[in-house]
Amino acid sequence: MAEIILPPALEGVELVRSVRTPARMEYTYTAGVATTRFLRGLADGRILGERAPGGKVYVPSRGADPQLGVPTTEQVDLPHTGTLVSFCIVNVAFYGQGMEIPYTSGLILLDGSDLPLMHLIQECPVEAVHIGMRVEAVWVDEADLGPTLESIRYFRPNGEPDAPVAQPGAGVTW
Amino acid sequence: MADEFGVLSAPLIIEYPFTRTTGPVIGAFLTGLREQLLLGIRAADGRVIVPPTEYDSATGEDLTELVEVGPGGVVDTWAWVRHPMPKHPLHQPFAWALVRPDGADVGFLQAVAAGSIDAMATGMRVRPRWAAEREGSIHDLECWVPDP
Repeated sequence: MAEIILPPALEGVELVRSVRTPARMEYTYTAGVATTRFLRGLADGRILGERAPGGKVYVPSRGADPQLGVPTTEQVDLPHTGTLVSFCIVNVAFYGQGMEIPYTSGLILLDGSDLPLMHLIQECPVEAVHIGMRVEAVWVDEADLGPTLESIRYFRPNGEPDAPVAQPGAGVTW
Repeated sequence: MADEFGVLSAPLIIEYPFTRTTGPVIGAFLTGLREQLLLGIRAADGRVIVPPTEYDSATGEDLTELVEVGPGGVVDTWAWVRHPMPKHPLHQPFAWALVRPDGADVGFLQAVAAGSIDAMATGMRVRPRWAAEREGSIHDLECWVPDP
């Protein structure tokens, strides 16, 4: 780029080199009837899934089975234990993170469900986190329970032996 | 929050704190705003473009000669905003206008605080209203006001 020529009035003035251009979008998120049932369950200290006629249990349920295209019909109280089926160790700081790095975000397949939940894995060094690890939910104090996934603070190892590890897609029947 | 059917909803705000580098030409323009000066740039055919562009739109060559324009200007065309949106620069009804500063050959889109639609006219004279606190951003030029 060629040298620019400034008008005399700006000679010797410190030039602007960068500018902040924050982007912000404000939404109202509406949970829908099925996810509302799930969120109200959390406020009661329960994790509610929903079973589709084909037998699959979804948590959180969106109210329909994506495979069959039919409504989920039966509410299922799920246990607060599950198996870590995938995870990511976060080593990069970002705006709005609110967590000390490194930390682990994991997909937890609750016992009896067919859809993993994403949540934090804590009380475990990041080097020790592994697929197949058995975990349990750690809840906020009862007085702080609310219709939010933050009612569960995180999942932690529960000391049980590892679950067998399956390849993604194994057992898929369609 | 729940609606009449008990369905929950909540605010969801997504925010990205971008910072971008300006390059020397836009940087000079924003520096000018901080110093309450309007800068354009001289194109290959001698016209003055504001805000300044880095390249000539016809020939693609680098443009380098920044020139002071304004501070007064002329409204080339305009549209009245009856109901300002939250992110608009003004919170009372105002005009979006193509304002062509004196000495420039093109107008740029700016807000004009005219108070009333009846105070707006194509060809009217306007002058800039500067923000009290300026930091080298487009918001340093708060808006334009009629200059009878």
